[in-house]
Amino acid sequence: MDVVSGSTSAPVGQGRTVRVSGPLVEAGGLAGVTMGEILHLGAGRISAEVVAIEGDRATLQAYEYTGGLRVGDPAQPSGRPLTGLFGPGLLGRAFDGLMRPLTDAPVWLGPERSVEAADAGAEARWRFVPSARVGDTVREGEMLGTVPGAGAVEHRVMVPAGHGGTLTWLAEEGELGTRDHVATVAGREVRLTERWPLRRPRPVRERHSDVAPLHTGQRVLDLLFPVARGAATAVTGGFGTGKTMLLQQIAKWCDADVIVYVGCGERGNEMADVLDDFARLVDARTGGRLMDRTVVVANTSNMPMMARELSIYTGIGIAEYYRDMGYDAVVIADSTSRWAEALREFANRRGELPAEEGFPADLASELAAFYERAGRVTTLGGHDASVTVVGAVSPPGGDLSEPVTTITQRFVRSMWTLDRDLAYARHYPAVHWGGSFARDAEGLARWQAVQGDAEWAARRATALEILAEADRLASLAEVIGVNSLPGRERVIVLGGRLLREAVLAQNALSTNDATCSDRKGAALLDLVLACVDACHAGVARGVTATAIEAVDVGPVLRAAQAVGPDDADGVAAIRERMLATIGGLR
Amino acid sequence: MTAGSRATDTGTWTVTLAGTRVAHRDVRAMRGPLLVVGGAAGVGWDESADVVAADGVRHGLVLELDGDEATVQVFEGTAGIAPGAVDVRFAGQPLRIEVGPGWLGRVCNGRGAPLDGGPPITGGRLAPVTGSPLNPVEREAPHEPVVTGVSVIDALTTLVRGQKLPIFSVAGLPHLRLATQIAAHATCAGEQFRVVFAALGLTHADIAYVRDRLEERTATGELVLLLNAADDPAIERILTPRLALTVAEHLAFEEGADVLVVVSDMTNYAEAVREVSAARREIPARRGYPGYLYSDLASLYERCGRVRGRDGSVTVVPVLTMPAGDITHPVPDLTGYITEGQIVLSPELAARGVYPPVDTLGSLSRLMRHGAGPGRTRDDHLDVAAQVLAALARARQSAALAELVGASALGETDRRYLAYRDALERGLLQQGDDETRTLDDTLDRAWRALATLPRQELTMVPTDMLERRLPIDEEEAHG
Repeated sequence: MDVVSGSTSAPVGQGRTVRVSGPLVEAGGLAGVTMGEILHLGAGRISAEVVAIEGDRATLQAYEYTGGLRVGDPAQPSGRPLTGLFGPGLLGRAFDGLMRPLTDAPVWLGPERSVEAADAGAEARWRFVPSARVGDTVREGEMLGTVPGAGAVEHRVMVPAGHGGTLTWLAEEGELGTRDHVATVAGREVRLTERWPLRRPRPVRERHSDVAPLHTGQRVLDLLFPVARGAATAVTGGFGTGKTMLLQQIAKWCDADVIVYVGCGERGNEMADVLDDFARLVDARTGGRLMDRTVVVANTSNMPMMARELSIYTGIGIAEYYRDMGYDAVVIADSTSRWAEALREFANRRGELPAEEGFPADLASELAAFYERAGRVTTLGGHDASVTVVGAVSPPGGDLSEPVTTITQRFVRSMWTLDRDLAYARHYPAVHWGGSFARDAEGLARWQAVQGDAEWAARRATALEILAEADRLASLAEVIGVNSLPGRERVIVLGGRLLREAVLAQNALSTNDATCSDRKGAALLDLVLACVDACHAGVARGVTATAIEAVDVGPVLRAAQAVGPDDADGVAAIRERMLATIGGLR
Repeated sequence: MTAGSRATDTGTWTVTLAGTRVAHRDVRAMRGPLLVVGGAAGVGWDESADVVAADGVRHGLVLELDGDEATVQVFEGTAGIAPGAVDVRFAGQPLRIEVGPGWLGRVCNGRGAPLDGGPPITGGRLAPVTGSPLNPVEREAPHEPVVTGVSVIDALTTLVRGQKLPIFSVAGLPHLRLATQIAAHATCAGEQFRVVFAALGLTHADIAYVRDRLEERTATGELVLLLNAADDPAIERILTPRLALTVAEHLAFEEGADVLVVVSDMTNYAEAVREVSAARREIPARRGYPGYLYSDLASLYERCGRVRGRDGSVTVVPVLTMPAGDITHPVPDLTGYITEGQIVLSPELAARGVYPPVDTLGSLSRLMRHGAGPGRTRDDHLDVAAQVLAALARARQSAALAELVGASALGETDRRYLAYRDALERGLLQQGDDETRTLDDTLDRAWRALATLPRQELTMVPTDMLERRLPIDEEEAHG
């Protein structure tokens, strides 16, 4: 065996099932099985994982529909934990929660599906180009060679973790099968494709604490609630507030090297849409298809529930694999609430004592462990690389005090809260400035200053201040009417509207506006802030607020869509015209 | 057909149970709809079973196996069963039904037994009622509109072929009127449009209304009616939508039809699920509903869609009443998380005499941007819809202000927004319950309402489109 984890043991003898309740199966006669070991159940050889052991009896979590499984059916230990095959051929493809390729699977995923499909695609051939030299001492994580043509980024074959030593044999340049042997390091074989336990984090040399932004192309995020590379962030909001749309926008436009999109218990049509869209869209950074930098893990809401629980780990494991090659990877998990529900469902079937709202007591530690796998690191091979996690939270009833939301808030660096009223008014992305936070904003402001934008922090602070003030005045205006407010405050109300509609709202369907560069975003914010200043100056020299409100702000509101995604100069030109108009008011 | 089943008011059963079966008589417990039978070694999980009692054959599913005991959920309930006088026969396979075009034009009860005096339905093919998950990579993303003929839906929350779009209502609102209007008149560009209408726990008066409203489409063989009445067994409601979807999937993906499945009322369904969960003494999540309600509802709603390389589609319109009008209640909430949008009915609009009383701002069709606009409906559709909704959101603020300060104290712009809202409600929303409008008519009505606003307020529509589409006379009248 080439298993790197060393966790493989000789399988113990076959047991028999004694209880079946949906995905919960109990089996006896299993003295010697290990926690986390995979067993195969019944004639269909359904895979199931050991989650509890009592005497010779084991509680198993089944990853497939257990229909037809009987008491007394065989439970065959496999001797190893649930593993995935990590190698070339992940990018551009879709997998289920157990990391089995969906591309070669049948139209209807019936229970008769083979459990060993993880080995499918083994017939694929790849060109291996060696880069290390026989006789060298190689460390774990060091590059042995590359595989061209395996997606948008160069695929690097690395020495597996825990494998360092003298390189005694290396394959020559040429075609290899997925399971072929590429090198021998200190007497151990290294294969082109590595088998790795899905739940286990891949090791790194060290974690970094300095920050650099992940550019998302969404102004409300990049300008107000930025996310750092390697940070964990969550987006929360009731249904219909546009979570999935925002996540898809980030997946399309953020400047990461690799995207892992995990559809965890979500809609099938959405996954079809992602697959369609990403296959069609061009990646502005590489000129290739967006799909070529993307791996999709799809476990839709009607697929087996416990595979949904696993899909989150499968996704982050794939991201860590690319991180270890030296890339910035982003995992988008939609939705972590469905994952938490799978945990709850199973805990309840086991009869565990529930904590809040029926969720198991270890929900917080499970969520923390997941989000902590995000990070900017030095890899074993010495690369500076990162895994950024963007998790969606779907609070029942839009209630932000429910357990998954409140626990998630504690462990993420940024939280983007979507607001139903903004969504109703078709203000997308409906990220609300009041309920969102970005703990890395200060560090990222320093980064922006070093890059030459010293105004970044001040611009952000002013915008947040106007938005908060405009909200306060709007509720006041609802009582007394906007016309009763003093001129200065009416300008702030107008400024709030301009910020919301001209800067924060973004049209995902517009070619000019779907994404936005840092320069254009800064220019748009400058445009609005300059207009607000000019209006204040107008009020100060005696222009009535009514006259100011009568100014046609259409050019400001249309600016984002009128100029290209990086056209800061186009925005600046609009600014000059607007300032002239407002300056001319008497 | 099972031996011993007969056409009584408990109905015939269209399931075929193959082979001879051992009778299990060792009933050890009964609890609500659950029956625990011993000596059941060799029975598989999720198998279907016949429960033969003195008064006829009932039908069940295996929910749990523990040692030699099997827990069976009985769709007709366990009332009247005495432990010593019942045979349980397991089928050796999951519940399957006959599928095929033979269902079209038929009226059946919630278990698929004919209510129209016709023969039992045979199709020559059997399909499991639970269906199988569709491989996500084999799904075709929905792209073409279903034209319901209802202006407010077609214009603002376009239904797309292969979508699931629920109607959220409140007891007393005309959701059944709207659902039957859609079921009776919806069409799409495909050649065969078919409808499966499943009634869950409706009163006999409502059932009579549904039969009457859908009579024409039933008579032309385009519609299947499955009727579970309020006094029919509650647990049967767990089965009825699965029958409807199994029939629909076959018509769509094997016969190539575009099938619309309307299910009303899903709140009754969820209560049946809760009843079983309570009988199993499971730990509840919210309001007594089990934690798996999301997955359970998804196993129904996710059966909509289209399949790559095949004609046909399944579009699902579930109807549900929100208890006490609460959209955060678990049933509408979980439904909203699964479906691709929602159509919300508003008591305020109904009180103002608007039919259909659709709360346009609370309603949303997530797939609209794929199914409407250039090449799908009309080039101006998406822009005009966005403008109508944005202006309505603004009009709502004006209305709130008017309530505080009085309409006479409003500024000119606010007054124009109020006029716009009235024009929209009268011109676009208001519609007869047997009136079917074309899409062109619908969109032109939207433009006429927008024309009541000052032109500089229409910032969401490109200038050239305004020139082309905005009705001239109103624009001049308002300067």
